[in-house]
Amino acid sequence: MTAPLVGASVRRKEDFRFITGQGHYTDDISRPGQAYAYFLRSPHAHAKIKHIDAGAARAIKGVAAILTGADLAADKIGGLICGWMIHSKDGSPMKAGAHPALAVDRVRYVGDHIAIVIADTLAIARDAAEKIEVDYELLSAVTTPDKAQASGVAQLHNEAPRNTAFQWELGNKPETEAAFKAAAHKVKLKLKNNRLIPNAMEPRAAIGEYDQGSGGYTLYVTSQNPHVARLVMSAFIGIAPEHKLRVVAPDVGGGFGSKIFIYAEEVVCTWAAKKVGRPVKWTAERSESFLSDAHGRDHVTEAEMALDAEGKILGFRVKTLANMGAYLSTFASSVPTYLYGTLLSGQYAIPAIHVEVDAVYTNTAPVDAYRGAGRPEATYVVERVVEEAARQLKIDPAEIRRRNFVRKFPHQTPVIMNYDIGDYEASLNAALKLIDYKEWPARKAEAKKRGKLRGIGFSTYIEACGLAPSAAVGSLGAGVGLWESAEVRVTPTGQVEVFTGAHSHGQGHETTFAQLVAGRFGIPLENVEIIHGDTNSVQFGMGTYGSRTSVGMTAIVKALDKVEAKAKRIAAHVLEASAADIVLENGEFKVAGTDRKLAFHELALNAYTGHKFPTHEIEPGLKESAFWDPLNFTFPAGCHICEVEIDPETGVTKIAAFVAVDDFGNVINPMIVEGQVHGGIAQGIGQAMLEHGVYDPESGQLITGSYMDYTMPRADDLPNYKVGLTVTPCPSNPLGMKGCGEAGAIASPPAVINAITDALGVKEFEMPATPLRVWQAIQARH
Amino acid sequence: MPGVSMTVNGKAVTGEVEARTLLVHFLRENLRLTGTHVGCDTSQCGACVVHLNGKAVKSCTLLALQAEGSQVTTIKGLAKNGHLHPVQAAFKEHHGLQCGFCTPGMIMTAVDMIRRIPDLDETIIRQQLEGNLCRCTGYQNIVKAIHAASLEMKGARA
Repeated sequence: MTAPLVGASVRRKEDFRFITGQGHYTDDISRPGQAYAYFLRSPHAHAKIKHIDAGAARAIKGVAAILTGADLAADKIGGLICGWMIHSKDGSPMKAGAHPALAVDRVRYVGDHIAIVIADTLAIARDAAEKIEVDYELLSAVTTPDKAQASGVAQLHNEAPRNTAFQWELGNKPETEAAFKAAAHKVKLKLKNNRLIPNAMEPRAAIGEYDQGSGGYTLYVTSQNPHVARLVMSAFIGIAPEHKLRVVAPDVGGGFGSKIFIYAEEVVCTWAAKKVGRPVKWTAERSESFLSDAHGRDHVTEAEMALDAEGKILGFRVKTLANMGAYLSTFASSVPTYLYGTLLSGQYAIPAIHVEVDAVYTNTAPVDAYRGAGRPEATYVVERVVEEAARQLKIDPAEIRRRNFVRKFPHQTPVIMNYDIGDYEASLNAALKLIDYKEWPARKAEAKKRGKLRGIGFSTYIEACGLAPSAAVGSLGAGVGLWESAEVRVTPTGQVEVFTGAHSHGQGHETTFAQLVAGRFGIPLENVEIIHGDTNSVQFGMGTYGSRTSVGMTAIVKALDKVEAKAKRIAAHVLEASAADIVLENGEFKVAGTDRKLAFHELALNAYTGHKFPTHEIEPGLKESAFWDPLNFTFPAGCHICEVEIDPETGVTKIAAFVAVDDFGNVINPMIVEGQVHGGIAQGIGQAMLEHGVYDPESGQLITGSYMDYTMPRADDLPNYKVGLTVTPCPSNPLGMKGCGEAGAIASPPAVINAITDALGVKEFEMPATPLRVWQAIQARH
Repeated sequence: MPGVSMTVNGKAVTGEVEARTLLVHFLRENLRLTGTHVGCDTSQCGACVVHLNGKAVKSCTLLALQAEGSQVTTIKGLAKNGHLHPVQAAFKEHHGLQCGFCTPGMIMTAVDMIRRIPDLDETIIRQQLEGNLCRCTGYQNIVKAIHAASLEMKGARA
């Protein structure tokens, strides 16, 4: 018997094409006769469009069309939508400002879309865009959330007075107030969660195509969820009915959330393809990505924790201002609400929690889900405040956490979530061992001798993945269900094709999903093909985000169950035995206790010839599908610990050690899981130390609009991470898995900042911890 | 439009380009060598790295006309006779890639790095990757892959 495939660090099937330059990303596709699109964007943060004169631009040879918001409106093409309804605490629905794909009379952020220029070459399109004259009436701009609700500032949407999209709350206010009255200690922090710009290395791209013969459109697009894109473009935007719109998301070069959303460019390219009678191709330049990809985070928060004399948490109250940018992006409203407030209990048994969130519009790019989406913001709040509580109460940071860990499962928090399983002490202990906590004082002392400030910071995080039980999210405002689908087709010669609604853009699904199938049927890994990302071949699926691959994999398991059951019925006839006596072992269907057997490929052939079983009772063929709706969220959790060393002369901060121990439940491929943890931590350290999306407060210009201004983590900015796993198998899916994609980005920022504030001996400190900020904090101490 | 000719992955090629055409666009659009990627517009990300006369260059930072008469090797020309280059094999073995978009540039940079620097260690590799961005891996496995490939190639030469 060969070693089990599930749980093995199988090398990735998809790697060959990527390491040999044979991937097929959207921009690699070239359609016959294609024209090239360039988007004219607003150079102003806020302005009325009085007039657009494209006459001179249209006259340029090679220009096929220049189309504006007026053309979209004339064709009755709808605007972009936000698909998650949030109700304010007064019961009123959120105030979503209209979001036309091309501006009609007003632009609301630098980079907002004004016109599409379509030409024979990209160079001509760009030249023509420069000839378009737009007459603007400049308006004042509001760029930061703390100013958005003030009187006398710019108002972005008539629908949303005081620039407020919604005022949401969760938890129990009176109980929380009562907890504070009874508290021996109160710990308060002001926190900012800095705006981030996702920066998947592949810029967004779209090719729209229209086939006059069939009346059908095809869109090739950098998407994490092609079916959702098709649904939205069909049902809400009105490009074409679903059966006349094929959306293909081929190889996608990273997403991190930013490619979930349905963006203006893909809508406009698809629509324009029919207008110009040619495929229309657009690929973002990086500077366009900076301007117009949905950004992440951008919260301003005040949090206060009530504790008893022994450091037991009694209550937690949180007030957050969430910057939504200029429009509500596709799932933006869910991020600072149900993906945020529901995680404010952390790993702790907190009796009373109350959170209030005001979501406000500003003249900046829309903010939506970015790796972690709400959960990093929640974790930052909880873990920074708990660490501060430890310092204020003079309790060891590991010990204060131990005193408050949830230890009995299931555990109902005051903020919706029902934690199914976990062992927080186990991951904390493993992390303490990995970092050698006993020797910590010696390391600090040794660093001091060298004139360095050394600090340590903890983060014991929890997140909610496996998005999500459809009825649950429906009751909270989601416009979609969050199940996943799979179809398993066995070919007559015994290979297996798996069509999955999940989408892989770096996660390695082609390997991990194949491990499941090959392991189940005892066939070689290379006999399994994973097909995803094309609405013409895959049945409706929800896509990949929120570390929800456990949902897609469970759908595959359910389909495999059906295939196996049918295969056993067929085998029973062929082998002249009872179906109950057929067992599947090492790729063979056997009559238990005999030497009668069928190899997997023999069974497959029998299923398709239909010669040896009653086809009126058992249909010929071997192909099954399944839709799996998860029973609960899953709750990955763990402990990250960071040690930093600061040079007090320069403020330069080095990560001296970083350990991460995560409980993702059962793991299909440890190598891939470890890679996901590495990448997540890198983005978290990026947020904590390097990255910050900054707008000029007056002009609303994006100051960090390129890799020369926005600090992407580079190889020499980052340490080696020591990672480990603990396992409590998830009870709500048959694989026992929880999800691992976002944990690193969720857990690591508070670990880093807790370490820096420990080293500096300061209470509050704003991300990112640039040398300048650290140096200023050192100077302010004296 | 001016003509340009060069040798790309061992084959003589010619083409007509606008004077402003970048080498990367000539490779991708004219020659359809789409393995070489464009990840930024400021010569920062390194997804477009190819070898020009044996040295790593960012093909977004050269005009196609500047490569006139040159020998260019792209990611598609690295594997020889169906055998992966040791750096390619190491990236797979050590999980040095996730989405794969930065990978062609990373590999071409790594091959050049190993050629130039006989004794690579982790610190040097991290410094040498200054011109290449990856958003997926956190770099740890890329560094591991390059180090492993450098040792293997040194062993093969010895």
